[in-house]
Amino acid sequence: MVEDKLDLLKGTLDLMVLQTLIAMGPQHGYGIARRIEQVSDDEVLLNQGTIYASLIRLQQRGWIDAEWGTSDNNRKAKFYSITRAGRKQLAVDTEYWRRLSGVMTRILANTPAGENQ
Amino acid sequence: MSSLRQSLARIFAFFHKPKLDSDLEAEVATHLDFAIEENLKRGMLPEEARRHALIRFGGVQQAREHQRATRGLPWLDILLHDLRFTFRTLRRDTGFAIVAVLILALGIGANIVVFSVVDTILLRPLPFPEANRLVRIAPKVSKCGASCATYSTDAVQEFQRQNKSFSDFTGYDAFTAPGNWKLTGGGVPVPVSEIDVMDNFFHTLGVQPLMGRLTFTAQESLPSGAPVAILSYPFWKRQLNADPHIIGKAISFGNTPTTVVGVLPDTFDFGAVYAPGTKMDVFTPYVYDRVREYGNMISLTGRLKPGVTLAQAQAEADLLFPTLDFSVKEGYKAGYTAQLWDLKDYVSGSLRRSLIVLWGAVGLILLIVCVNLSNLLLGRAAARSKEFAMRSALGAARGRIVRQLLTESLVLSAVGAILGLGLAFGAVFYLAHQGSIALPLLSSIRIDMAALVWTVFIAVVAGLLFGIAPGLRISSGNLQAALKDSAASTTGGRGTARLRTTLVVSQIALACVLLVAAGLLLRSFLRVLDVDLGFEPSHAAAISLDYDDSGDPVKRGVFDREVLRRIEAIPGVQTAAMTDSLPMSRNRSWGISAKGKHYEPGELPGTFVYVITPGYLNAIGMRLIKGRDITWEDNDPKQAVVIINETVARYLWPNEDPIDRIATVNGDDARVIGVIADVRETNAEAKSGWQMYISTAAPQFHPSDSQLVIRSSLPAKTLQPTVLATLRQLNPGQPAADLKPIQLLVDHASSPRRFFVYLVGIFAALGLILAALGIYGVISYSVTQRTQEIGIRMALGATQGNVQFGIIAQTLRVAVFGIVAGAIASLAISSLMTSLLFGTAPTDSATFAVICMLLGAVALVAGYIPARRASRIDPMVALRNN
Repeated sequence: MVEDKLDLLKGTLDLMVLQTLIAMGPQHGYGIARRIEQVSDDEVLLNQGTIYASLIRLQQRGWIDAEWGTSDNNRKAKFYSITRAGRKQLAVDTEYWRRLSGVMTRILANTPAGENQ
Repeated sequence: MSSLRQSLARIFAFFHKPKLDSDLEAEVATHLDFAIEENLKRGMLPEEARRHALIRFGGVQQAREHQRATRGLPWLDILLHDLRFTFRTLRRDTGFAIVAVLILALGIGANIVVFSVVDTILLRPLPFPEANRLVRIAPKVSKCGASCATYSTDAVQEFQRQNKSFSDFTGYDAFTAPGNWKLTGGGVPVPVSEIDVMDNFFHTLGVQPLMGRLTFTAQESLPSGAPVAILSYPFWKRQLNADPHIIGKAISFGNTPTTVVGVLPDTFDFGAVYAPGTKMDVFTPYVYDRVREYGNMISLTGRLKPGVTLAQAQAEADLLFPTLDFSVKEGYKAGYTAQLWDLKDYVSGSLRRSLIVLWGAVGLILLIVCVNLSNLLLGRAAARSKEFAMRSALGAARGRIVRQLLTESLVLSAVGAILGLGLAFGAVFYLAHQGSIALPLLSSIRIDMAALVWTVFIAVVAGLLFGIAPGLRISSGNLQAALKDSAASTTGGRGTARLRTTLVVSQIALACVLLVAAGLLLRSFLRVLDVDLGFEPSHAAAISLDYDDSGDPVKRGVFDREVLRRIEAIPGVQTAAMTDSLPMSRNRSWGISAKGKHYEPGELPGTFVYVITPGYLNAIGMRLIKGRDITWEDNDPKQAVVIINETVARYLWPNEDPIDRIATVNGDDARVIGVIADVRETNAEAKSGWQMYISTAAPQFHPSDSQLVIRSSLPAKTLQPTVLATLRQLNPGQPAADLKPIQLLVDHASSPRRFFVYLVGIFAALGLILAALGIYGVISYSVTQRTQEIGIRMALGATQGNVQFGIIAQTLRVAVFGIVAGAIASLAISSLMTSLLFGTAPTDSATFAVICMLLGAVALVAGYIPARRASRIDPMVALRNN
């Protein structure tokens, strides 16, 4: 049970990372983590460190690439960019999420008759 | 795809840990730098900026571990850790490790050897392409040896013409006597084993030549054909120095220049398939016309057309055979039928049961080994209980501890398997290279891929088997209690002791089953050795005799008499004589009947025939019951004489005196002059059949081969040089043949039984030793545990005798449980062995009694040593120690 929950979280994080990379272009780990925090208005309580496991996973699947480079403020950093396979996967996952959240919304709106919220 | 990719990435990551780790460190450092910088920009103080960055990051160490787990192969990391730990532990306890590995090596090694034997003889197909289509064909009823298991050339040709099931037929001359040729032209002639095969013999089997060709031309298969030969690989290598240009060259066999047309590959061994325990050197064409009139000569093998089943072919043969039209001497045709066997079944089917028993025996050994190691590990684990308690206290889960223990047993098992594999290689090499065991295919035994897979399998099963009980036992004990208790090893003391005793009981029971099986086989073997063979092998020896045969019986008689005169003049030689075939070596029969009586076709079995000189009965030690021996004067072609055995006499002239009766032998008249006691003609276990003995001097029974039999009190080895020198004086062409003790023939005939008895016996001995070790281990463990108690009892006045008696009684209790269980199991199992026993019942009470007493005695000895130690316990020391 515990692992199921983690899996779901992991999957969510992966999706966020991919979307971030599409939106921002090549980015290093800190940048990705910050961006997710900002976009979510800090609603996602992200342990920034966990992003690195997600980045490894995405890399192993061939959805992102990594390359050492230099940041704006002249620091050596590893930059991640989304691959073509990653874009395809993102499209698939996005579609899945839309459908799932649509279904969830409908189900949660469907309150039992005679019951007061 | 992506999951495969991911696995590959994980494996890659596993081997590039340092680089990836440093990458991650760099990333984390950069990450924190970015965060700190941003925090500073927001106006935090440096210290606070750093702290805040770390908080947001959320545990650097966790992130590292999380990333590593995602990236690599965590289970492999754990395994490697366990392995490193195991090796450290075992190095600390070298004595235990060595004993355990040696026991395992013996158990696993024995299993590999037996698997290789079983695989070679039973499981693997014959070493020919599409061997499952090869079929052995022989007449259905075979009461008269090879003569009734063969066909005439006409019948084969007719069958070939008419049948639709077979793509090919081939065969060899079943009556070529091995060892009757000689290689000449280079000093002393060398004896050669030669056999006539049909032109398509190797083609049908699917053997590819090493050099030249393996078929004979039609021309070469005619009586007028130029002499040609195909050589076996060992012969070519040994006698012709592996001459690469041998094809087309002529070599001399008995002064006949013979052209070599082909060399067989090393993988082909005629003897392994068709004549276990013999080596064939040279293959020559079977000449059809020459033997047309002789009757049955060809031992037939066919190759089924693709898709045709054995049953279909059998059905066709059943229909076809009664209608086959061919010319053959009267009397041979009767009973022409065909029984088809899968060639593989025919070659090794009779060994199936023996091999399965052998396999079972060696499996029992492995079980005993496992039980033994289980016991050793339990004893050792008790001593390590603190270590486990500590680890458990530090948070190791029960599964983790069991896994560590299983890793240890699997490591032991793996090392034992590697060592066992080494032992097995040696044993298999030995078995493959010694020719005295008449088991089919034994020369091709090897440790192949299947055997390696089997090795891995049994090593893993054994490791799990002997590791699981101690693992569960230890991890289930009250580990915390062990930590608190300062006294030595009390963890699960009672439970462990009971478990160990149970293990020893089962070990004794298993050993008992093995010993009973070995005992029954041994007793059968002794019975076989004890059989009245009808002749006296001891002090008799034989040598293959050569002479340039002109075919003139008078000349030959003169030569024979001169040979025998000179041989008998050698000091130490009592008597000498000649025969064309020795007992248990040749398999040929003719017809004999009482003249003037009518017999139904097929009523009379074929009769084993021996063409002998006067004095042979004496030289080989046969017993003349009635009448007289052949003399040199029995040489009148019109007055042929014959000696028959009791079985023939009883059948042909029941309740009458057979002496001076006239018999019909192969169509000719012969007067019966003597009756001898029955002789076992194939091996000691087979009842004797019909036998007759006729004189070499009678020209119509011209012998094709000659064995000189010498009876002497001197050993064959001592006699051999003088005998050979004497023979060479008379015939410079006499090959350097060995003077072989007749006992060798008898041993060879019973060699499969000897082989099984030896192996099962070795396993049983091994089982007994292991059981003794098990008893010793458990009793001395219990003595160690009870030191204090014994000390108190002795302080209270118990004598040394009381203490010893108590411990021996404890030993016997364990032993009796095991023996009773084992005996019951043996009773249940031994009936499966009935067909393997000879003159011994599977419930043979003597065997059971001896084995039970043996086990009891061994248990006593194993228990006595700790008992003596216990009785010497000094009460004061024992009490002070606690």
